[in-house]
Amino acid sequence: MKILVPLKRVADPDNANKVKIPAGGATIDTTGLEWKPNPFDEYALEAALRLTENGASPKARQGEVVVVSFGPKDMEPTLRSALATGADRAIRVDAKDDQLDGALVARALKALIEKEKPDYVLMGKQAVDGDSNQVGQMLAQLLGWPQATFAATIQEEAGALLVGREVDGGVLTLRVKGPAIVTVDLRIVAPTSVFSKSTARTFKYNDGVRFAPLPAIMAAKKKPLAEVKLSELTSDTALRVEYVKFEPPPGRQAGVKVKDVGDLVHRLKNDAKVL
Amino acid sequence: MADILVVAELAEGKVKKATHSAITFARQVAQGTGGSFSILLVGAGAAGAAAEVAGFGAKALLVADSAALANYTAERFAPTVIEAAKGFQVVVGTATSIGKDMLPRVAAALNAGYANDISAVHVDGAKLVYKRPMFAGNAFGYCSVSTPVQVVSVRQSEFTPAEPTGGASPSQAIPVAAPAPGADRVEFVSFDQVKTARPALTDAKVVVAGGRALKEKFNEVLEPLADTFGAAIGASRAACDAGYAPSDYQVGQTGKIVAPQLYFAVGISGAIQHLAGMKGSKVIVAINKDGEAPIFQVADYGLVADLFQAVPELARAAQAAKG
Repeated sequence: MKILVPLKRVADPDNANKVKIPAGGATIDTTGLEWKPNPFDEYALEAALRLTENGASPKARQGEVVVVSFGPKDMEPTLRSALATGADRAIRVDAKDDQLDGALVARALKALIEKEKPDYVLMGKQAVDGDSNQVGQMLAQLLGWPQATFAATIQEEAGALLVGREVDGGVLTLRVKGPAIVTVDLRIVAPTSVFSKSTARTFKYNDGVRFAPLPAIMAAKKKPLAEVKLSELTSDTALRVEYVKFEPPPGRQAGVKVKDVGDLVHRLKNDAKVL
Repeated sequence: MADILVVAELAEGKVKKATHSAITFARQVAQGTGGSFSILLVGAGAAGAAAEVAGFGAKALLVADSAALANYTAERFAPTVIEAAKGFQVVVGTATSIGKDMLPRVAAALNAGYANDISAVHVDGAKLVYKRPMFAGNAFGYCSVSTPVQVVSVRQSEFTPAEPTGGASPSQAIPVAAPAPGADRVEFVSFDQVKTARPALTDAKVVVAGGRALKEKFNEVLEPLADTFGAAIGASRAACDAGYAPSDYQVGQTGKIVAPQLYFAVGISGAIQHLAGMKGSKVIVAINKDGEAPIFQVADYGLVADLFQAVPELARAAQAAKG
């Protein structure tokens, strides 16, 4: 099985409350925040690795995992880290962050995917900077492929994937045959969320994504990392969505500490009038 | 002038409440630009459901009803939306799991820009400017879409549900479009619905949410308090991940976004991803043993206490105070 994993780098999501918006609101300033892989894309990579191995012997890759990212050269460490955790090769589409929007990334990925011909594309359901939740679905439409979004579980069975999707009100299960797009949700990295056809159904992974041991980090320096120009993938580089202004959310003042339950009930009834 | 197509969402042959928020958006844009809006209903039972939205002032109700559309998949529903969208300038749906699954496909097919999960719209001459939360709610971006057709999903909690204005919009049956290429490679298997007598998290006026600190007593502790208020129950990601609460309960950047009148955060520390999902709540009450927890920085009322004692006591006292 060949899986392609698009991976975006984002400003450290655990410190997203430290993003700055300069006076005038023309930009969002993330200076001082470390670049991190978008967590959902990291989870997609982990799911791709799980689908191309026997969980009990993860060193032998049964298939190929290709990671793709859009960005300037200084984002290559993000791709090297993905190679160290087990991806076979990487592609960087040379682009500046502010020259991209979701629709453009989808158009460029379409061209790349038609060349790479993966069986599945696994990606995060959204990037946690723009929170747009769109590229996977757009890509499916452009390619004429089926999609299974917000996957919490994936089981490989008889030439298809059984995907449990987290939707409003419960879990919706789809059976999807490749080539197809799967976007993943948080719980895809739980111990029993993903089973390849060769992983025993009794096997339990460690919770979360795997970390690369030092020898793998060294070996990753020798894995192939190709560069592609954005213009080689699409001639239509116009942005569909343009941001005109940013602003911080209205501040919420800390209220009062109440002394006990009686005090709380009194205030809910008499001050907030919600009782 | 903008003509707007509202994509209604159906569940078991009924229009979901989230659709009323999309109608509110459509009224705002129609009024601001001197245009009109129509409502599209796609799915098995759509013809019956159309009557529910006939009195909202829509120019027309477009109805694509087919028994073959009993279970939603993007590949089978989106083509009809794409066909119906022709002639409209704005297509709007809701930022529910179905809206978020389908609308980007519609945008891609129409070569339209897509603004997801918007919290407000401003009509600026002929231009529409959308406000949307980014960076886990730590910034709002104002964006405009440059394409002739625009696709939008609205955040339910930020658009007051529309009320009917009377009258009866004319209803028109439209054909169900052929499934998208690749539709034969995806098959609906099952829907395991979480059964509950409580209101939906995103519709509830009161939400009682719990964190990992509740452990196996998650339901035992929270249910009496939720019963007192007729509240929905929510949870932090940590509580869901640990298996104390179903994942459908998750409130946060990547779970449900809620903005109830009253939000109880019980044993929730207040990670920014959780705050992103609830800080629009009108009144926030935090109960936590750790007086330094970040949740207290957004709470209107903070109680530093052992929640296993405080919450049952609160349920009883609130019940008594309600009389």
